[in-house]
Amino acid sequence: MTIRFDDPNRPNSYIGRTVPRPNAGRLVAGRGRYVDDITLPRMVHVAFVRSPHAHARIGAIETGGAEALKGVLRVFTGRDLAEVCTPWEGKLLHLEGMKTPPQHPLALDRACWVGEPVVAVVGRTRADAEAGAALVEIDFGPLPAVTDIRTALDADTPVLHEALGDNLCFRKANEKGEVDRIFAEAHKVVEASFKTARHTGVTLEPRVILVDWNSGDGEMTAHVSNQAPHMLQVLLAGHLDIPESRVRVVCGDVGGSFGLKVHVYPDEVATAAIAKIMERPVKFTSDRMEAFISDIHARDHEATGRVALDETGKILGFDVDDWTGIGPYSIYPRTSAVEGLQVTNLIGGPYAFDHYRCRTSVVFQNKGICAQYRAVGHPVAVAITEGLVDKAAAEMGFDPIEIRRRNLVADDAYPLTTAAGLKLEGLSHHKSLDALVEAMDYAALRAEQKALREKGIHRGIGIASFIELTNPSPFMYGIGGARISAQDGCTVRMDPDGSVVALTGITEQGQGTEAIMAQIVAEAVGVSPQMVRIVTGDTRVTPFGGGTWASRGAGIGGEAALQAGRAVRGQALEVAASLLQAKAGDLDIRDGIIVDADTGEERLALSEVGRIVYFRGDTLPKGLPRELMQTRHFITSNYPYAFTNGVQASYVEVDTETGFVTLLKHWCVEDCGRIINPLLVDEQIRGGIVQGIGAALFEETCYDEEGQLLNGTMADYLVPMSGEMPDMIIRHVETPTEESELGAKGAGEAGTAGAPAAVMNAINDAIRPLGGAVTHMPFTPERILRALGTITD
Amino acid sequence: MKASIGGYAQAETVAHAIALLGEAGGEGRILAGGQSLVAALNLGTSEGDMLIDIAGIAALRGVKLDGDRLVIGALTRHCDLVRDPLVGEHAPLFAKAAPLVAHDAIRNRGTIGGSLAYADPAAEYPACAIALDAAIILEGPDGTREIPARDFFTGLFETARAEGEILTAITVPKAQDGERHVIREGTRRAGDYALAGLAVVMRDGRHRIGAFGLGDRPLLCQGAMAALDQGDVDGAVTALAQDVDPPSDAQASASYRRHLAGVLLRRIAADLGVAP
Repeated sequence: MTIRFDDPNRPNSYIGRTVPRPNAGRLVAGRGRYVDDITLPRMVHVAFVRSPHAHARIGAIETGGAEALKGVLRVFTGRDLAEVCTPWEGKLLHLEGMKTPPQHPLALDRACWVGEPVVAVVGRTRADAEAGAALVEIDFGPLPAVTDIRTALDADTPVLHEALGDNLCFRKANEKGEVDRIFAEAHKVVEASFKTARHTGVTLEPRVILVDWNSGDGEMTAHVSNQAPHMLQVLLAGHLDIPESRVRVVCGDVGGSFGLKVHVYPDEVATAAIAKIMERPVKFTSDRMEAFISDIHARDHEATGRVALDETGKILGFDVDDWTGIGPYSIYPRTSAVEGLQVTNLIGGPYAFDHYRCRTSVVFQNKGICAQYRAVGHPVAVAITEGLVDKAAAEMGFDPIEIRRRNLVADDAYPLTTAAGLKLEGLSHHKSLDALVEAMDYAALRAEQKALREKGIHRGIGIASFIELTNPSPFMYGIGGARISAQDGCTVRMDPDGSVVALTGITEQGQGTEAIMAQIVAEAVGVSPQMVRIVTGDTRVTPFGGGTWASRGAGIGGEAALQAGRAVRGQALEVAASLLQAKAGDLDIRDGIIVDADTGEERLALSEVGRIVYFRGDTLPKGLPRELMQTRHFITSNYPYAFTNGVQASYVEVDTETGFVTLLKHWCVEDCGRIINPLLVDEQIRGGIVQGIGAALFEETCYDEEGQLLNGTMADYLVPMSGEMPDMIIRHVETPTEESELGAKGAGEAGTAGAPAAVMNAINDAIRPLGGAVTHMPFTPERILRALGTITD
Repeated sequence: MKASIGGYAQAETVAHAIALLGEAGGEGRILAGGQSLVAALNLGTSEGDMLIDIAGIAALRGVKLDGDRLVIGALTRHCDLVRDPLVGEHAPLFAKAAPLVAHDAIRNRGTIGGSLAYADPAAEYPACAIALDAAIILEGPDGTREIPARDFFTGLFETARAEGEILTAITVPKAQDGERHVIREGTRRAGDYALAGLAVVMRDGRHRIGAFGLGDRPLLCQGAMAALDQGDVDGAVTALAQDVDPPSDAQASASYRRHLAGVLLRRIAADLGVAP
């Protein structure tokens, strides 16, 4: 039996509806349990002495003062932990030529960025540990720092890791067609340079880990604010020499992650290693200052790009040279090459053209490690692509909507493989653009812009089409040897009263995973969502899976839940058929009651099936399975990724005297396939847009030339706040993937992918008549005035 | 990071607070609303401070008239300044400045005395105080003294307050008929410290301009004031560039801040109806 998703009146039609979040009440009531809320018997706290230097040799370490302090229990150096924990290298085998040196939980011989953990101090309280850390003396010998991206490979730039020979971590060129000839012969070539600023994720809850080692059981339990518990289970087991079955990773409530909590952090592994040595629970809670210097950063890209067009405005090809700095180590286990790699895949993504060249150069620097953060690589690629398309439109006299209509891949052209080599199953660029034009009343907005321009008010409209990678297969990490699961699983169990427990490998970090899983399982089994309890984030009980990242939760975890729920439904119907002397195929389960499928006549309560199966199995025919529990796993197989698409628009006003930008309104039309919960999808899009706006206008992690961080507090690192955010209009087109019965693709990153480009194009639309353009994010008031030539010194 | 303090005491009266300050051996720190001090402690910028909590001293609260001057108690909160009728009538500049200070949660606790004593060069009140020609009241072991606001702010987070003294009030001349108060600032986000800001008082056809975010302390912009008195806005903008000495940091360069100050001055001149 298939679900008639197109019929909103079908029984148990929870998929596609906004239903209340089952975990919201608990959080609102103050009953959430984040890792820092957990206190275990004999628990101690660890604080880290972090490098104040961007690059320095580590000489003698004097720990006596700290050890003598009352309240300090132990002090650990890198050498101490290296005895129980093996180092790691963030490399993927399929990324040819990639280099990165071994990384330890605590630095051994050299510190390579401001904030790298060097010594761990364990105290009875966090305050004790911090007081001890302040007394540790490290003889640092400062070394020259590598900070600039473009000169990282120059002969006179110091080599950060001598054993690697140079500062190149990874380089990849993606080329198709005859780029040189096309650009030489094209009617029009438009060129520009772009910078996306290094910034970070700023989760409301910082990174926290609490690890206990029970030597009696030989078992490690890690409570951690993380989005990939099974990955962490496997990696802690491997590096600390424990069987995987005896490492339990528990991710309870998680206060935001955005990709930041999908990585292996040295201070977290150090905490686990210390717990194993001390045989007691050890907690590490990052504070906000530590977060800015130890959480991953992202988006530190500089690129030059050009686009070639014919006289009709048809795009012939793209040619982009992207450079990115990733700090001193490639992140483990996903690598820090993926952001640049995505840029080489995604340039020109929405458009039909034949000639393509994009190269990325990923270089080492003495700054914080860069890695995957919400919409990995997409905001960079979309900004470059859409910045070039808008510039071409302006120079050729096309309206931005018109040039996109002429170049977006036709909605009936799928499946297809793009010039960049991406396999696309089915997208809806034109439908989405039409919906956007209607939603924003584009013509009226242009008229308003024109009228206000005459009064000296400079408003701009920016459009950004995009594609977004979701539901990744093992082609993303697994084929490179990383022990990161692309499949996911769900176990659905019916309890005797007919209520249901579902255990899933995907995780909840605030976005509503548990809500959509409850909806899916409810519809699959035939009960109301209130009757479904979802369990996430405990590797001891949930099926082995990947977790929630890369917009994979709904599409992959959701399908596993759907199939597991359908299987339990089948089991219940088989028992019911036996009890009712009916055929299982003639029965259905609706709102917890076995009914006649044709007439809807109520036949038997589900609780009666539960009672018989669990307590009176003697009354059932011999050989009939007495089971109401099923597990299903799902993995995609037809396409490496389920691409989604969308288009955003931004309407801004630029104060051309001060350079201040006011965001007036923002629109997004997005196609994430089957929508499971419209409100949650809209919230995902909105939150993503806010983070994209942060990149465009506010967020920048600033370092000086010596690699010192210049802004490491919430007062000087500007996160986007509600006061500056515009109203957002969200619309949807639904093109379900045929990989799964559910048909869901991912929705979590689209907002972030497109928003920076939309805002950039809007600002440039506003100031273009004055003769300026900005392409260096974030677009601070000063950068806008410099683009306008108002400030020159 | 955990704050590391040397001690904490609640002062019952101003005299008690002064006595506690004297006993603190140079480590005494006055805690009022705590909106800057507690954040600084949590950043680990100092340790061993002996905190003397004055929040319970009723005498430091409230606004009153004293002859031709308005007296604002040190513990008067930002949110009080917004709605206090005496402030609205006699020192509207503070009522206009208060909503620009941070966010509601901070405005509900932070105090004018704390802001003045902390002397952040990018804060609004110190610039308002010098534009209003206010006086700062300090009480110490040797008694009470009054110091003009323009002499009170001596450098980056530095004031003329002596170690044993407490800032107990600020007094400002009552606004005269026809007096105009304007404050404008540029912030990246609502509630942030200003990239640049100007507080202007027009009294008897004369202008007093207090600049914030444009130097190591609030600045009285005398060149710009003289030009504005002549109705010369262009001249005032040119003079202002010399009056200020803005810093460069991750948010903006000195050049940008200087430019922004000029734009703000033009807009204020327009607000005040000064001929361009």
